[in-house]
Amino acid sequence: MAETHTTATQPVEAWITGIGLASSLSEGLDAHWQALNERRVNADATTFAPYVVHPLAPISFDQQIPKKGDQRQMEAWQRIGTYAAGLALDSAGIKGNKDILSKMDMIVAAGGGERDLAVDSAILNSEGQGNASPGYLNERLMNDLRPTLFLAQLSNLLAGNIAIVHGVTGSSRTFMGEEAAGTDAARIALARIAAGQSDIALIGAAQNGERKDLLMLYEFGDFNLKNAYQPVWARDGQPGFALGSGAAFVVIESRQHAEARGAKPLARLTNVVADLSHRKQPGDVTATLEKLWKKLGSPDNASAIITGATGAAPATAEERAFLEKHPGIAVRATGTSFGHLMESQFPLGLALAALAISRGALFPANDPTGLEIDTSAPPTQIVVVGAGHWRGEGMALVEAVS
Amino acid sequence: MTATRDKFGRPIVVVTGMGVVTSLGAGKTDNWAKLTAGESGIRTITRFPTDGLKTTMAGSIDFVPVEPFSSTVLGERLANIATEEAIAQAGIGRKGDFPGPLFLAVAPVELEWLPRQELARAVGAGTEINYDSMLRVSGGGQYSAYHHRFLFGSVADHLSETFGTKGSPISLSTACASGTTAIQLGVEAIRRGDVDAALCVGTDGSVNPEALIRFSLLSALSTQNDPPQAAVKPFAKNRDGFVMAEGAGALVLESYASATARGAKILGIVAGCGELADSFHRTRSSPDGKPIVGCVRNALSDAGLVAEQIDYINAHGTGTPENDKMEYLGISTVFGERATTIPVSSNKSMVGHTLSAAGAVEAIFSLLTLEHQRIPPTINYDVPDPAIPFDVVPNVARDARVTAVMSNSFGFGGQNASLILTGEPG
Repeated sequence: MAETHTTATQPVEAWITGIGLASSLSEGLDAHWQALNERRVNADATTFAPYVVHPLAPISFDQQIPKKGDQRQMEAWQRIGTYAAGLALDSAGIKGNKDILSKMDMIVAAGGGERDLAVDSAILNSEGQGNASPGYLNERLMNDLRPTLFLAQLSNLLAGNIAIVHGVTGSSRTFMGEEAAGTDAARIALARIAAGQSDIALIGAAQNGERKDLLMLYEFGDFNLKNAYQPVWARDGQPGFALGSGAAFVVIESRQHAEARGAKPLARLTNVVADLSHRKQPGDVTATLEKLWKKLGSPDNASAIITGATGAAPATAEERAFLEKHPGIAVRATGTSFGHLMESQFPLGLALAALAISRGALFPANDPTGLEIDTSAPPTQIVVVGAGHWRGEGMALVEAVS
Repeated sequence: MTATRDKFGRPIVVVTGMGVVTSLGAGKTDNWAKLTAGESGIRTITRFPTDGLKTTMAGSIDFVPVEPFSSTVLGERLANIATEEAIAQAGIGRKGDFPGPLFLAVAPVELEWLPRQELARAVGAGTEINYDSMLRVSGGGQYSAYHHRFLFGSVADHLSETFGTKGSPISLSTACASGTTAIQLGVEAIRRGDVDAALCVGTDGSVNPEALIRFSLLSALSTQNDPPQAAVKPFAKNRDGFVMAEGAGALVLESYASATARGAKILGIVAGCGELADSFHRTRSSPDGKPIVGCVRNALSDAGLVAEQIDYINAHGTGTPENDKMEYLGISTVFGERATTIPVSSNKSMVGHTLSAAGAVEAIFSLLTLEHQRIPPTINYDVPDPAIPFDVVPNVARDARVTAVMSNSFGFGGQNASLILTGEPG
């Protein structure tokens, strides 16, 4: 926690100085940039058929989590997240810098870990065969659950593992609540930096999308994309999202803190805004996004909009209605290439916006419907949009540092 | 006119409403009476069969009926009860229109066994039950309510709708420090000047077989089941673990300027917050105690106070051998010789460990301590641990002059957070 007693009188400028990405496409920034420019998509419609998922690309976890013992203590989502968090620290040039890491604030947006599917199935089968004595569930859980599984499932233990493996210990907060948690992680981190309550923060999230228990939760609401992969904007006839595996972390830092250590900005994080519509009426999502757009200062000259549009109904159709009110801005839907990363949706958008600005180009459109248009202008101002599949709307303004 | 900013120039953050529900009862009055009478809310579990379990007691809340039982539903009901009490006391906003954001400390949500068993029945006899066969019957809208219920954000979603909080509500988990973190987020938002008021709530309804077994498998729970009221023995030599409990605490925080402008009664001040993460181990504290020491020092520094100005410590005091030892190490490092004379008591000896709610519940008890100038005891303290020479206010409440309280919360995953609470500015 930064020693920041006084509240800044003028908002402190905040930069994105590090990005860590791991996904179905690849790991690291160069490989992602290449994959995006090649319009690559890694979707799997067979392993979890009829559900489509974007499986994690091969990753050598040893590179960021050197101790096998640490890896064994984590479930896939924690390994992916701890890995990407390490990449973000590397990218910011602060990996292993104890002075900075011990004061660095951390906000992780997290769901939870995978259940032991075999244990659940065995219990349910046995109960189905009439084994329902009092205490049967107790006996099986006492005998069959691995003691350390709980820690691999606990929401705040992704942050805990990042502290253990990478030494980020200034503060550790975990937000929950699907897509909105990712938006709020960025929103609160920025608000604290802007007010002088924090100097540097690591924010992000991770998901293992290759999970039947997760597919089941979303299947209750008929949210899963089934049978065949389609780009996000081409799912009108068959709405839904394809869960993706991956993680996105970014380092947000006050300009002064970055300059003092000679760090270069990838982009400026100018503003993050969020709201929660209870979505009672058709058009509520559109109206809420419109409200957030105004809160960002109606950036109608923005170079691009990078959205985490999920493909789910009705949120994505309502978001599309919002986008159509702001024509002429190049749109990119991350869900097409990455699948839906849930808590990581918004951090992924921030990461790609900062990456595009730092590379001086927007990655190409990947959309047969024509909503996404190609552009060759170097992006200077990108709006990140995140509308949750069920709840939560957020927006950020990411700008080039001139 | 009294200053509305603290010595660092930040808006002073005050508490104008509090609500609490624990295994001792619902409401501040009932809880305070029982807490200062040294009563325990721990009892033998009747909610589900305890056959084969090593721990058979908990501070469960059975006076709030949830049928069929769901931990998430109970957590939400408890949060509602506490929040209603807090907002009524604060007299802020209008019904269903709270003029600020919600920060909610809540247990991680996941699909529970009853719905899972319902899915298994829907698969039908003669078919092997696994996640493939359950997935096949999950869609079609029949179970859409389970999607909505078992999203991590569902409790905050419903609370924000019921009480009309503003903006994107934040659900958070810092394990057993969650309630404290919720308050800290509210304090920071008010100090930034982003908001004039915030609703900070911690809630937990986790007493179900699987949650109990998970903690039991980590050897974290007391197994001294008989009598259940004597199970939690914070700081005593014969302590053997914590006892799971349910509860909720809700606080209405406001800027002092805003509270006085509307004539609200000030219940206390959140003078400082501190945190520091521990990178030593997933469940154990760094043996040198440095993260706890740093956390406590950060809270003091944030409040602009020194250790000598604290006259009561509301301990994390779970009753696990590890926590209580580390808490003594941390406190004695910061407080020096005063560590043996300053009163340090554990509410958990009576209400159990309310997990995600604990930080909020104990902040409220700390504020009630300031209001009543009476320190609740640590009960079940019959065998002192010579390695922990705290004055634990053993077994009987004590009248005392209390002007500044430190409330500590430490959790799995290296989570450490502390609050400094004081009375109304003079």
